[in-house]
Amino acid sequence: MSTAQQHSNSDFTPAHSHHGGLSAMRLVGLILFLVGMATFTATIFLGNYQIDLARLDQASEKVPAEVIEKLSPIAGKTFDSKVEMLNAIESSINADGSIQPYQLGVYKLWLMKDALRGPIADNPWLWFLLSVGLASLGGILFHMAQRNTLPGIKHDHIWFSSMMNRGIIGILTGTYLILFYILLYWNAEYFTNTITMFDPISQFIRNLPADQWFLYGFLYTMTIVVMGVRMFLKYRHNNYHLIRTASIIFFQFGFAFLLPSLMERFSQPSMDLKNAWPLNYSFFMDWNLSSLLSSGNFGLFLLVWGTILSVVLVPLFTYLYGKRWYCSWVCGCGGLAETLGDPYRQLSNKGVKAWQVERIMIHSVLVFAVIMTVMQIVNYTSGGAIFGDYTWRVNQTYSFLIGSAFAGVVGTGFYPFMGNRVWCRFGCPLAAILGIVQKIKSRFVITTNGGQCISCGNCSTYCEMGIDVRWYAQRGQNIIRNSCVGCGVCAAVCPRGVLRLENVNPDERFNVVLDDEVLHSVENLKKEIAA
Amino acid sequence: MAHIVIIGNGIAGITTARHIRKRSDHHITVISAETDHFFSRTALMYIYMGHMTYEHTKPYEDHFWSKNRIDLLRAYVNAIDIEKKALSLGDGRTISYDKLVLATGSQSNKFGWPGQDLPGVQGLYSYQDLELLEENTENIQRAVIVGGGLIGIELAEMLATRDIPVTFLIREEWYWDNILPIEEAKLVTRHVYEHGIDLRRSTNLVEILAGDDGRVRGITTDQGEEISCQLVGLTPGVHPNIDLVKDSPVETGRGVLVNDYLETNVPDIYACGDCAEIIVEGEARNRIEQLWYTGRMQGQALGRTICGERTFYERGLWFNSAKFMDIEYQTYGFVPNRPREGDAQFYWEDEGHRHCLKIIYNQSDKVVTGMNVFGIRMSQDVWHRWLKEKRDINFVMTHLPEANFDPEFYKAFEGEIIEAFNRQAGTNLQPSRQPGFFQRLFA
Repeated sequence: MSTAQQHSNSDFTPAHSHHGGLSAMRLVGLILFLVGMATFTATIFLGNYQIDLARLDQASEKVPAEVIEKLSPIAGKTFDSKVEMLNAIESSINADGSIQPYQLGVYKLWLMKDALRGPIADNPWLWFLLSVGLASLGGILFHMAQRNTLPGIKHDHIWFSSMMNRGIIGILTGTYLILFYILLYWNAEYFTNTITMFDPISQFIRNLPADQWFLYGFLYTMTIVVMGVRMFLKYRHNNYHLIRTASIIFFQFGFAFLLPSLMERFSQPSMDLKNAWPLNYSFFMDWNLSSLLSSGNFGLFLLVWGTILSVVLVPLFTYLYGKRWYCSWVCGCGGLAETLGDPYRQLSNKGVKAWQVERIMIHSVLVFAVIMTVMQIVNYTSGGAIFGDYTWRVNQTYSFLIGSAFAGVVGTGFYPFMGNRVWCRFGCPLAAILGIVQKIKSRFVITTNGGQCISCGNCSTYCEMGIDVRWYAQRGQNIIRNSCVGCGVCAAVCPRGVLRLENVNPDERFNVVLDDEVLHSVENLKKEIAA
Repeated sequence: MAHIVIIGNGIAGITTARHIRKRSDHHITVISAETDHFFSRTALMYIYMGHMTYEHTKPYEDHFWSKNRIDLLRAYVNAIDIEKKALSLGDGRTISYDKLVLATGSQSNKFGWPGQDLPGVQGLYSYQDLELLEENTENIQRAVIVGGGLIGIELAEMLATRDIPVTFLIREEWYWDNILPIEEAKLVTRHVYEHGIDLRRSTNLVEILAGDDGRVRGITTDQGEEISCQLVGLTPGVHPNIDLVKDSPVETGRGVLVNDYLETNVPDIYACGDCAEIIVEGEARNRIEQLWYTGRMQGQALGRTICGERTFYERGLWFNSAKFMDIEYQTYGFVPNRPREGDAQFYWEDEGHRHCLKIIYNQSDKVVTGMNVFGIRMSQDVWHRWLKEKRDINFVMTHLPEANFDPEFYKAFEGEIIEAFNRQAGTNLQPSRQPGFFQRLFA
């Protein structure tokens, strides 16, 4: 007999409703997270500063002795203000303005780290746990509290949410992220006390003191893990998202964080082995090529691997699986977008105009990156004979405008304003290449299921790349777009099972949607032939 | 160049307009009192739940209409002057037409319950109903929904997302068992309870009670119970909206009567979508099709007819789909709610009661005639092919994996299903070999 008759009667009474606001666990999680974030922010202002020439441990490796000598007039003096300490350092070591800005920043960072006195210098572990530890724990608790809700699409109240619909909380979050990136990229010396909290863990993993990039890499990975937990819970009914999220966490933790740290630990050139050119725009820069070529077999391996990855593996895998294998399974930028950025995916613009802007911008960045790389390689092989100083200036411009401002400040800081894929959609030159491969020759396609579409708009609304998926779905047309990163959310949110991501024979990807005009003439033709 | 006026900017009216534009240069005007632009009625629930805003529910950007020279007019049509071929609008204007399409949609059913017009009592069909629902559900303690169809369960899901306790009265023993066979109806019923909905089965509304403020304060049921509530959602189905033509020469029955070409008895006046009642010669009951899909297909056929190519509207093989809270549903062919003479059936349900498959086939020649599937996505093309080719149950069972349309990496139930069928039928069918994971990776 059918199993339906085995239902027990107790199944046919209303369950306790799992909706119902903020559970105690969620509230505790939120409070811990906020306390952690507040502590993290407060660390920037914690402690005072004193240059002790006898105790310049970290700086002695990074700052030349003749620069350190110039510090004697201010040595021993205690500064309560970070700004005054920095001003004092600057006027001592760079009175004649002879130090390059970049170099000056590095000197300041390491001098400030040694000069730090107070709670963080005394107890870096404690402050690390009170900030990063509490925020992470809080974040995990906050999301774990959802574990008893029924599995299914969890998009209730998104457009009523201040955080997720550009309300005041969203604006504040975006602003915080933007300020964080500006400090990180261009003013890390103001960040020294916060960086110092990371010293013990950096020493443990890399046997090196922490710098701003270690802090960034650690927080980046932690964020993907914590927000990955959220994805695991949100999509526990959907294996595609579970496996994809696990992949993202694996590549971020293993490839982007741990392996490069270990390479540093063993004094080798360090590289994120999955970071392909031209997203990794410094790969062919002369300093990197020199470093790799002067580091023996390991350096050579990195050079060969990086080249094969970019030239062979990226197009090959994109042919096999579409852009998604990289953009939403492997990439770090994509990984952050798919975890931290997931709550903001609906904010991407779906208009035709945005699509036009997207195509112009992303391909311009690609052209820029290609020109820069050609100049770098020509310059490297010709010993600077052809482009000379220009290469350096082009590199500087690209690093500043694209590498830092676009990919970082805008790329992440704009999540709460323009959605989670602003960089991937409008700026990433690797995404541009992958997109061209995906469009021209790939097995990847999103197919549509007959006439089932009810034009509801969930697919388009939740497409982070701003593709108007519904436009295709409602006319039964397969979706093949450069920008699609194959995140699979359109298929997940569809209430009628219309969309499916597939790898098929590339020649069978394009289903021609016959306009009735065409159908009509085909029918007439058939009639004529029959007659 | 004729002036085609379409009353109603839902899926039927808009599809008609688009298809007229595709094949002609006629002047097209679409009139609606509901909204400025076409939106997806099926998505109203998502606006209330916060999944989307109204803007997201518009299938075309606003510039689409002027680009395609489809004039949109926001107005209420008071009357049709058939002699003069003119419409008089609510704002006093008149507008003339050469051909008129009635695509006026539906209205919510009300069955003469005492108190059915009280403030706080409403249906859910139009954009205005949604706005009203926002007002009516502000700070309320409980809602009662009356009528267990697709809109009722959607309304229950909507209210639950706002943490409003819901009592849901259905006259059927199991949810929608006037359409669904018992097993499927039980599966959905269980799911409704799982969501914390207070579902009252085999229960009818008797009276809606007014409070001192004149608003609804509760209801009484035929089980003798009084339930206090501040909202009553009436969702016992919809009927064609024929207010405009009821007292005109255009013939009406339950809906606007049309032939298979969607023509009314008055030349140059047509009807399509929810409001149309298609005359079925030799049958006691005419067809009224109130689905998104049929509205779209009728619009396509009517577009051709109006452009001079008189087209018989053919619904084709029946299909429909819905989502009951978290469980998706598809149906192809015909599945009666109670077994018919000569029918055999196969039913499988998973242990978690979230997935099931029902297949109806002829006892004699084993040809499959219909299916219901819950919680597994299946390909419409494949099922239509099987039904058209009159495949038998053994063929369908063997090839079942080919119909799967679930996302990658989903658990496949086909093995379990075929095993269950073998047990029931005493057969030893094996699933057709599907390419394995690695074969698919490198196919």
